[in-house]
Amino acid sequence: MKTLFDKVWDSHVVKKIENGPDVLFIDRHMVHEVTSPVAFLGLKSRNIGVKHPEKTFATADHNTPTINQHLPVKDPLSANQLKALEENSKAHGISYWGLGHEKNGIVHVVGPEYGITQPGATIVCGDSHTSTHGAFGAIAFGIGTSEVEMVLATQCIMQPKPKSMRINVVGNLNKGVTPKDVALYIISQLTTSGATGYFVEYAGDVFKNMTMEGRMTVCNLSIEMGARGGMIAPDEKTLEYVKGREFTPTGAAWDKAKAYWDTLYTEEDAKFDKELTFKGADIEPMITYGTNPGMGMGIGKDIPTAESLEGGVSTYKKSLQYMAFNEGDSMIGKPIDFVFLGSCTNGRIEDFRAFTEIVKGKQKAPNVTAWLVPGSHKVEAAIKEEGLLDILTAAGFELREPGCSACLAMNDDKVPAGKYAVSTSNRNFEGRQGPGSRTLLASPLVAAAAAVTGKVTDPRELL
Amino acid sequence: MAYDKFNILKSSVVPLPIENVDTDQIIPARFLKATERKGFGDNLFRDWRYNADNSPKKDFVLNQDKYSGKILVGGKNFGSGSSREHAAWAVYDYGFRCVVSSFFADIFRNNCLNVGVLPVQVSPEFLEKIFAETEKDADSQVEVNLQEQTITIVNIGDKESFDINAYKKENMLNGFDDIDYLLNMKEEITAFAENTPL
Repeated sequence: MKTLFDKVWDSHVVKKIENGPDVLFIDRHMVHEVTSPVAFLGLKSRNIGVKHPEKTFATADHNTPTINQHLPVKDPLSANQLKALEENSKAHGISYWGLGHEKNGIVHVVGPEYGITQPGATIVCGDSHTSTHGAFGAIAFGIGTSEVEMVLATQCIMQPKPKSMRINVVGNLNKGVTPKDVALYIISQLTTSGATGYFVEYAGDVFKNMTMEGRMTVCNLSIEMGARGGMIAPDEKTLEYVKGREFTPTGAAWDKAKAYWDTLYTEEDAKFDKELTFKGADIEPMITYGTNPGMGMGIGKDIPTAESLEGGVSTYKKSLQYMAFNEGDSMIGKPIDFVFLGSCTNGRIEDFRAFTEIVKGKQKAPNVTAWLVPGSHKVEAAIKEEGLLDILTAAGFELREPGCSACLAMNDDKVPAGKYAVSTSNRNFEGRQGPGSRTLLASPLVAAAAAVTGKVTDPRELL
Repeated sequence: MAYDKFNILKSSVVPLPIENVDTDQIIPARFLKATERKGFGDNLFRDWRYNADNSPKKDFVLNQDKYSGKILVGGKNFGSGSSREHAAWAVYDYGFRCVVSSFFADIFRNNCLNVGVLPVQVSPEFLEKIFAETEKDADSQVEVNLQEQTITIVNIGDKESFDINAYKKENMLNGFDDIDYLLNMKEEITAFAENTPL
């Protein structure tokens, strides 16, 4: 009896090395400017090319500015990395969606948008949030630069097969609870290392009822509990989403692919190495208070005391010291300085719809700097077409141009030292959004509530 | 990328008894803009190591003269977060050949193995003993034997075995890399590619 993960993994094993890793064939390789230049240099020094340029897709996102993208990039180091990606893509015949290209955007946003991401595929990228693509029932995970070189050179990767975990969330979600909250809740229960060594399948009504974009948000955050990746079995909703996109097969190829996709589910008696079940009804809108994504809680709760936690007390205290929070503090009412809506976690159209739902008819708080950054040009266009931009503008917000932006602050969008940002991104590590910055991870609804009140606010009060 | 062979490493250690050391701390994102693999050691633990004016933070372990060596010892869940191989490069470039912890994040562990840094996972008790010995005596030596898969705290003679995938072990002992192996499978891979459904 096979799990969904077993089916996809096993069908991609070119060779099993005795006492060693599997040689796994990769269907889609996404490439961006930060983790690829040294890999291309490696190819050059070996005097070899890219084995399957047609399975390789390059986009610029980590370094890109979010204003004036039509002008030359000011930071010379960023400009140099972007140029390297363009030249390497051209030299090897890889499709390249650079700055200014209509399809440009964050690698994990544009992959699904154009149908590069498909059920049952193996997908890798030199970025840990590649786990996003698991929402389609793909095996998708982040790799290092040596492995990027490996995939460019051979279209294969060498990996031991991870253990399997199923996380069930049953029942229904309460009002104001989003897919981001579901993911932050699971991470808070498992800790940031709780799923290390595992590949996760998410199952249960909560995920069945979730939109494709919501599933992407959940799978995106799998890496934050240590998992290599997360996946959700494809269903009617998945096929409906995939159909008609540029790189999606059509005609006879569609029928063939669909026949394969229809086999992608976990058989009833299949065994997982570990299985956990949570109740959707137990989940509240979440917020983090510390310096890793596992340090999160229901927004109405108080910050736990070190005494109530197991082990790592000095690390825990160091973390609260960095945030300038005290054990037992309430998060509600804490003043904030920045709001960031965007990233591969929450930079899709549904996230902008959720944000707009709260700020509609209200005004941005004067003490808040808000960076609203769509995940792609396609998202940007939808924000305008659906009239969301008009609502946002009336409420005192501006829209920026697409990219990773303040999620990891490799461009100019840096939160200053000591300032607090409510962020829809994926990591609250020390200095993640700029040296000395303090990040509170939350959903687009929580971010919107903070943006209009200037402090941490339960969004259910504004819905 | 070929690297030096690894067999037996005996060295004093640099202790970092902090849990969940993430790759954003090992090398912050703003230092990932190079297009070549060099110079990352200078920015290893940049924000823990230097003040905003670039003066060294005196209490950080890399700035204390009494600690040195080729083995970095970190707390549980070392290397979590981003997939950036730059973190492993920075560790290697600084001069470490081995990282010891009671638990490693997956991608970081893989990256280390791919760039010539040996990740050694020990029990929480053994990790505490290393920290305790190093606190007593900063020159306390630890010996890592890859062939035998053992790690020993020299002063007290305590020894533990560690796991490593047999294939990866062979690679590290010989300084081989995966790409050479895969390039030799060219025909097998081509035949496989022709029969994939997607």
